[in-house]
Amino acid sequence: MAYDKFKVLSSTAVPLPIENVDTDQIIPARFLKATERKGFGDNLFRDWRYQSGNTPKEHFVLNNPIYSGKILVGGKNFGSGSSREHAAWAIYDYGFRCVVSSFFADIFRGNCMNIGVLPVQVSSNFLTKIFEAIEADPNTEFEVNLPEQTFTIKTTGEKESFEINDYKKENLLNGFDDIDYLLNIKSEIESFAKDTPL
Amino acid sequence: MKKTLFDKVWDSHLVQKVLNGPDVLFIDRHLVHEVTSPVAFLGLKNRKIKVLYPERTFATADHNTPTINQHLPVKDPLSANQLRALEQNAMEHQIPYWGLGHEKNGIVHVIGPENGITLPGSTIVCGDSHTSTHGAFGAIAFGIGTSEVEMVLATQCIMQPKPKSMLITINGKLNNAVTPKDVALYIISKLSTSGATGYFVEYAGDVFKQMSMEGRMTVCNLSIEMGARGGMIAPDEKTFEYIKNREYTPKGEAWIKAMTYWETLFTDNDSVFDREITFNGEDIEPMITYGTNPGMGMGISGGIPKSDAIEGGASTYKKSLQYMNFEEGDNMLGKEIDFVFLGSCTNGRIEDFRAFTNLVKGRQKAKNVTAWLVPGSHKVEDAIKKEGLLDILNKAGFELREPGCSACLAMNDDKIPAGKYAVSTSNRNFEGRQGPGSRTLLASPLVAAAAAVTGKVTDPRELMVVEIA
Repeated sequence: MAYDKFKVLSSTAVPLPIENVDTDQIIPARFLKATERKGFGDNLFRDWRYQSGNTPKEHFVLNNPIYSGKILVGGKNFGSGSSREHAAWAIYDYGFRCVVSSFFADIFRGNCMNIGVLPVQVSSNFLTKIFEAIEADPNTEFEVNLPEQTFTIKTTGEKESFEINDYKKENLLNGFDDIDYLLNIKSEIESFAKDTPL
Repeated sequence: MKKTLFDKVWDSHLVQKVLNGPDVLFIDRHLVHEVTSPVAFLGLKNRKIKVLYPERTFATADHNTPTINQHLPVKDPLSANQLRALEQNAMEHQIPYWGLGHEKNGIVHVIGPENGITLPGSTIVCGDSHTSTHGAFGAIAFGIGTSEVEMVLATQCIMQPKPKSMLITINGKLNNAVTPKDVALYIISKLSTSGATGYFVEYAGDVFKQMSMEGRMTVCNLSIEMGARGGMIAPDEKTFEYIKNREYTPKGEAWIKAMTYWETLFTDNDSVFDREITFNGEDIEPMITYGTNPGMGMGISGGIPKSDAIEGGASTYKKSLQYMNFEEGDNMLGKEIDFVFLGSCTNGRIEDFRAFTNLVKGRQKAKNVTAWLVPGSHKVEDAIKKEGLLDILNKAGFELREPGCSACLAMNDDKIPAGKYAVSTSNRNFEGRQGPGSRTLLASPLVAAAAAVTGKVTDPRELMVVEIA
């Protein structure tokens, strides 16, 4: 599915300084019953965000109006566990376009890139600086620059570069997807399949 | 050139290398279930394309299905809708579909091997992270997201950067009551849940050589819990014996031809891995988890580690113990529990039911315990009945449910209530994984059985008669 192009994003950020945030927290399994990609943002971090009824838990960051923005900043090993792409959908549907952490789980990172959410991996020192900047001032702006592959704390000018392979970078810059690429080499795949018995 | 087992299988499925990008990998077999596939099929519809190789695709219903009264219509309208969508998609694209009530129905990672879909040297994907299970046969098998499910349906290929390689060797002999589940929980407790992220693991050494195929599946299944995309074990006589004559395995000439390939599937001497780790089998005791990720595991006779002895964030660690309502330094033995869950793609096979039954035989389920025994498939269910295990279980106060993923992820009604403790043979103890507010202690079928009859965390060795060989 085609998705939004990603070039440069300037935004405030929402801090979630917890390690090992697993995809069951991002979206619990009982909310995976849709047959269309709609409405997952409502249940993003459902059980951290709401009491067993629908009362918001005041202390949770998404319920704190001083924090907002299109960037979600999480602790180390973000997105571990289940392969559910619904976790990335929920993050996107809520309005985030970029997730920052010092370490990502593999499948989650891939899922994000496949739907146009940019995972930015920074050093643990820099991650601490980002959390500190938001704590000092929740209105701190950050810049995610995909062409330059940099993440900048705009108030201090401190920046760090992040890695992404050229192919995925081109895809995200242009909103291209892997399936279109593969459909273009279909004849090559078909001849490979002929030589590969079941 | 010296090649690892992983390299051999990966390289033989390489369709194309994208410059400064991922590899295009051909996928031999694609397993599909009701929860992660509907949006992928919708994608095909929007692109106006069909499944490229339906004969390489297999569909089953397992994640959201009830485990009682499967002959009745599914009550939950959302689950019923997902099941209907899978059935319709399978029909439209001519994919074999083993829905509720079908004799081959069961958990996707149980029925793959059971029916001979899982073969050595093959590439297997599924929209489920525990696809790593199939690595037990020397296959490259890993979980994928829904965009990738659509990708494989449309093109039978996936775009993946080649992961780094890790070798985990365990030599020596396992102690009494130490099962494959304990071996896996031990490794994860040493490596943490992110210790193998970015790697594909090969397991080698005496312990895995001596392990049954079902045990190997349990170990490979849990590879994802240390962050690895997958884990694999070189095929051997046990592997070939297991797959021989199953429905989808090659027969006759094709078998002989396949065997010549399969026999080349081992890591060449002096191959280089990006990382190598060695453990001793003797060091492992029955394991149990005390926290909210599978890396928070310990030998059952020990105490919960202190936060200052833990690498990384103390605040995350404390939050986790708070959720569990445990204190640092607590002993796990003797803690009262409320539920026992035997099942899942990790421990829902016949050997797991044999181990559980053996221990509860002649005893009674504790009154304070609710036990859910859920076979991984109808074939497992049939074996439980045929081998007489069900009678023993019934006499001990246990009932058997119908197959499915059940309380492992609690998408159906099998939810552990808030605040309750469950000793579970499944794979994840995340907050709320088994139901909102539920508290999970991951363990082997033996530890689960010991808890089921005593009502508390109990060392199974205390209940086991030492057999003299």
